[in-house]
Amino acid sequence: MAEVTQLIHEYLRHDKKFPHVLCPGCGHGILLGSLIRSVHALGIPKDDVALVAGIGCSGRVAVYVDFNTVHAVHGRALTVATGIKMAKPDMHVIVVQGDGDALSIGGNHFIHAARRNIGLTVLVLNNFIYGMTGGQCSSATPLGCWSTTTPYGQMEKSFDFVEMTRAAGANFVSRGTVFHVKTLDKLVRQALVHPGFSLVEVLTPCHTQFGRKNKFKSPVDMYQWLKKAAMPLEAYEKLDPDKRAGRIPIGVFVDNHEPALETRYAAMRAKLAKG
Amino acid sequence: MSAKRKTAAREIFALGAEAVVEGALLAGCSFYGGYPITPSSEIMEGMAERLPRTEDGVFIQMEDEIASLGACIGASLAGRKVMTATSGPGFSLMQELIGYACMIEAPLVLVNVMRGGPSTGLPTSPAQGDVQQARWGTHGDHSIIVLSATDVQDCLHMTVKAFNFAEKYRTPVILLLDEVTAHTREKITVPLAQDLEILYRLQPSMPPEWYKPFEETVRGVPPMPPLGSGYRFHVTGLTHDDHGYPTQKPDEVVAAISRQFRKIDQFFFDIQITDEFLTGDAEVGVVAYGSVARSAHLAVEQARERGIKAGLIDLKTLFPFPRAAVEGLLRRCRTVIVPEMNMGQISREVKRVNPGTSTVWTINRVDGHIITPKQILESIRKG
Repeated sequence: MAEVTQLIHEYLRHDKKFPHVLCPGCGHGILLGSLIRSVHALGIPKDDVALVAGIGCSGRVAVYVDFNTVHAVHGRALTVATGIKMAKPDMHVIVVQGDGDALSIGGNHFIHAARRNIGLTVLVLNNFIYGMTGGQCSSATPLGCWSTTTPYGQMEKSFDFVEMTRAAGANFVSRGTVFHVKTLDKLVRQALVHPGFSLVEVLTPCHTQFGRKNKFKSPVDMYQWLKKAAMPLEAYEKLDPDKRAGRIPIGVFVDNHEPALETRYAAMRAKLAKG
Repeated sequence: MSAKRKTAAREIFALGAEAVVEGALLAGCSFYGGYPITPSSEIMEGMAERLPRTEDGVFIQMEDEIASLGACIGASLAGRKVMTATSGPGFSLMQELIGYACMIEAPLVLVNVMRGGPSTGLPTSPAQGDVQQARWGTHGDHSIIVLSATDVQDCLHMTVKAFNFAEKYRTPVILLLDEVTAHTREKITVPLAQDLEILYRLQPSMPPEWYKPFEETVRGVPPMPPLGSGYRFHVTGLTHDDHGYPTQKPDEVVAAISRQFRKIDQFFFDIQITDEFLTGDAEVGVVAYGSVARSAHLAVEQARERGIKAGLIDLKTLFPFPRAAVEGLLRRCRTVIVPEMNMGQISREVKRVNPGTSTVWTINRVDGHIITPKQILESIRKG
């Protein structure tokens, strides 16, 4: 445990930014820990990492870590990341967004970044709600759930991020949860080295804004729910379709190796240079 | 490569839009992110063809104008000189990110080829309706540089200027053209880069551990290393301290915002470019910009032939508004005429700086047609 803490501290900024803004029970820090462990395990130098975040609670995680960090505007983190990656293809450009940031306001950019298959590692912290602004519904809020803007229950269906990203054409599509930390570490590591657009959808509890208004008595209840609901994709696929309700498959859904946009661009330039 | 390198200035027959492309490449632009929109698309097409053939050029067509400016900002942080071009509707979409670029002090050049508005308006007709939007379009108090160009040669030179100002002052620079300027084809001279002043953003000379990305400096412009060069720092659209970390402390907020203004304000003498024509003894003045300044130039010549002491200030810098030059004209002339292809946007500025010594007349046209020399001459004769 002491070693883990020491490692985390190597990657945190100590000059100004604590205490952090996240609530007790929030899972965002678990993902950040997973990211730090993954970057460390892969031996990626801090200078080579650009961490771009959107707006919301997820947007605030960038400020705590000692990488090249960019806190963009709402929904547009992927556009800024696209510019960085095309300008500096050798950098590891990692994007952290929330469900609202990535697929409500930023949905168009998300679809097109996945379609371009640009070499970004995208970590979507899906907590089913707009946390920072006070518990309004997002495009990930499940049908029937309560939020401050769906006081009579959500009537709209929620986005399936995995299927959407698969359909858009990304190379690597996966889902994990902040309860299943070892799996999450593995997925983040894979996503970091996979060429092309790589998504890890990370299910994470927001007890403050979502859980306590949707019949979860405590943050622990939310983690228990994640533990019970999530199951490996392979086991999920073997389940009788009638028994799949309420279960969430986690693991790697898409594992393609098409050339990334920046690779295709470099090849085009090399061809032009030859004349 | 070196065998192909140009050794002399060359003359070409080019559109204003193509002159912007030439200017951008001379200035060292190596990244273009854009989205097609009439009447600016020729700039994008030119960059799509030329940039991949340059040493490290990147061209990318994004999914909309918001994404275009976002990509430019990312590339700017990564150390590139960047440009995007658009027109009215796209310019409106870009407004939030213009403010972000102001806040994080990202150098970039944004060309807006103005067409008739509001909304979809007159997509293929000239207008100058985005002047005040260029100054105040994004929310919150901010400082910004807005330039314009009169003819095709000017498009090239003002694009180079725009890059120089962006780099020197770490700010977005908006180059406002109108459809006439962008779509006029003329013979121009493309100079060699070595014959031009080309500026680059200041790089830090201190070791990374001493570097503060938003530190107060004498010029008010902190050095800006590219991402990945060892100077790891935080960039945010939140109001931030000199480390780049979010702050709400009143003294830190005031320091940050006032520096962003001061870095522009104290260099008015450098930024405010005007071209004066026969203003020394003028009794009737004209203040114009863009293609209208060409009409005004001819009108002033014709007025002089008729014995009327007319003079023209052609505004190359629209904002920060060249107050000193215009105020001088207002003090000398009994009448100052401001012709514009809008309902009166720069005339507001002229009236604002009028010390009461002159009558300010406007000529406004929003029917999608240019303001002719004859229209301006008629006004001069009455003035």
